[in-house]
Amino acid sequence: MNAIATIVQAEFQRSIRNRWALASVILLASLAFSLVVLGSTPIGDSRASLMSITTVSLSSLSLYLIPLVALTISFDAIVGEQEQGTLLLLLTYPISRWQIILGKFLGHLAVLLLAILLGYGSAGLYLVRLESSTISDWISYAQMMGSSLLLGAVFISLGCLISLLSKVRASAIGAAVGAWLFLLVLYDLILLGLILADKEQQLLPIVFDALVLINPADAYRLYNLAGSEAASMVSGVASLTDSVSANGLLGLMCIWIVLLLSSAMYLFSRKEL
Amino acid sequence: MIKLSKVSKSYGKKTVVNQVDLSVSAGESVAVIGHNGAGKTTLMKLILGLVRPSSGVLDIATEQGKDPHSDIGFLPETVFFQGEMTGRQVLEFYAKLKQAPRHQCTELMAWVGLNDSANARVKTYSKGMRQRLGLAQALLGKPKLLLLDEPTTGLDPFLRHHFYQILRNCQAKGTAILISSHALSEIEGKIDKVLIMKQGQVVIQGTLDQLREAAKLPTQIRVIVLPGKELIFKGFQQQSPHAINGEDHFGTFSFQCQQHQTVELMNVIMAQQANIKDVQIIPPRLDDLYAHFVGKESHP
Repeated sequence: MNAIATIVQAEFQRSIRNRWALASVILLASLAFSLVVLGSTPIGDSRASLMSITTVSLSSLSLYLIPLVALTISFDAIVGEQEQGTLLLLLTYPISRWQIILGKFLGHLAVLLLAILLGYGSAGLYLVRLESSTISDWISYAQMMGSSLLLGAVFISLGCLISLLSKVRASAIGAAVGAWLFLLVLYDLILLGLILADKEQQLLPIVFDALVLINPADAYRLYNLAGSEAASMVSGVASLTDSVSANGLLGLMCIWIVLLLSSAMYLFSRKEL
Repeated sequence: MIKLSKVSKSYGKKTVVNQVDLSVSAGESVAVIGHNGAGKTTLMKLILGLVRPSSGVLDIATEQGKDPHSDIGFLPETVFFQGEMTGRQVLEFYAKLKQAPRHQCTELMAWVGLNDSANARVKTYSKGMRQRLGLAQALLGKPKLLLLDEPTTGLDPFLRHHFYQILRNCQAKGTAILISSHALSEIEGKIDKVLIMKQGQVVIQGTLDQLREAAKLPTQIRVIVLPGKELIFKGFQQQSPHAINGEDHFGTFSFQCQQHQTVELMNVIMAQQANIKDVQIIPPRLDDLYAHFVGKESHP
C-alpha cells in the first residue's frame, strides 16, 4: 500500500513540476468560462437556466477534451520512463509491477481531478453568482463533473495500456492520437454508416444499442444527455437510455477501466527488460 | 546469498547467458569480468528478476514472505533519474520505496559528497555526480546483496578509493557483493573471487590465486643490482634456459619463471645478496590472466 502511495505522490508532484497540472487546469477553466460567457449572452429565448445550458454544452465539449487531456497525461507513463532509463531501476525496488501501474493511474487521476475541480468548479461557482440556480441544476452540473472524471479515468487507463505496448514515445503518441480519433470521431461515423447501409433493417436494434454502449465515449454522451432536458430532443438516444439506466452507463465505463488497467498490469508483469 | 545453477538465457537463437554456475555467499565479493556483450549485464538482470531464465535454477536467499528486492541494492551500468527532481528528492523517493529511514538519505548524500548539490536538479548534475547518486540509492536500506554494474565509471580516484572502503565495510557486515567491471587493475586485491565470462559462458572462476595456478603464467622477478656489480646465475640458466629474458638494463635484471621455480630462483639470487639493491616479485596481474583466458582466442 505504501509503495502505491509513493508512486501516486511522485506522479502527482511530477505533473506539478513540469507544469502539466497547471496547463490542464487553465485549459479546462478557460473552456468552462468561455462557455459560461457564451451561454449568458442572450440569443433567442430559452426557458432553460444558464446552468443547465452550460452543463450540456460543457459536457459535449468535455467529451472531446477530457480524453485528450487524459491521454496526454498518461501515454508517457511507462514508455517515458523506459526511454528516460528510470524504469529499469524502479523495477529493482520492492514494488510489484501492478502497483506501479495502479500508482501511475491514481496519480494521473488526481491531476485530472484537480483540473476538473478547479477548472469546472470555479466556472460553476461563477455561474451561481450570475443567476440563482436550483439544486437540481447543481446536481446535474456535479454529475457532469463526476462523469467527466470517470471518462478521463477510462482514457488514462487506455493511455497506460498504450504506453506499455509502445516501444518508443513517438509511437505511443501516435497510438494515443489514433485511439482518440477512432473512439471519438470515426466510431460514430462508422455506426452512422452502418445504419444507413442497413436499409433492410437486418441488424437488430439491440446490436446497434450494444455497439453504441460499448464505446465509453458514447456512454458518457448518453449519460449527460439523458440527465438533461435536451435529451428528449434527440430522438433515438432516448430509446437507448430507456434500456440502460444512468448508473448502468457509469458502470459500463467502470468496466472499461477495470479491463484496461488489468490487461496493462498483466502485460507489464510479462514484460522483460 | 545467491546461487545460480546452469542458468541460461536466450533471445531467439542467440544465447546470451549460457549454463552459468555462480554462488555468492554472505560477506563475499565476486567480480564478473568479460568483453562488452559477454553477458555480464544480462546476468545481473537475471538475478534481479528483470528477465526470466530460459533454463536453470536461480536461488536468492530471503526471509519468507519478503520481496527479495528489498534486500538488493542495484547500480545499473548507466544510471538515470528524473531530471526535474533534486538529488535529495530522488533519494527520498527511493528510500520510501525501500522503506529505508529518512535520515539515511542525509547520511548517504554526505557520504557521496553531494551535500552541496542536494537541492539542485539532477539534470544539472555531471556524469560523476549522477553515478554517485546512483551509488547512494544502491546502498539505501542496508542491502544484503549489492549488484554493481561498472560502479566506478565517472568517479575520481579519491571517490574510487572511498567507494572500495565502503564496499569493505558492507562486506564486513555480511553483504554479498557482485560487481562487474572493466577496470581490472582497480578491482585486483579488492575482491575475493573472479568470474571471467566470454560469449555468455563462464571461462573460469575462482580466487586470483586459483586463476594464476590454472593459467600457469610466469611470475616476473626484477632484481636491481648495486652500481658496478653483476649477477651470476650460471647453474640456474642451464637448468631452465628460458627463464631469463632480462638483459642488464640500467643495472636491472628481469626473470620470468613458473610458480614452482620461484623459490629456487630466489635462492640463487639471495645467495648474492651483497650485490643487490632491491628485489621485486610480480605475480601475473589480473589483466594478464584475463588476456590469457579470453584474449588468446580471437577478440570478437
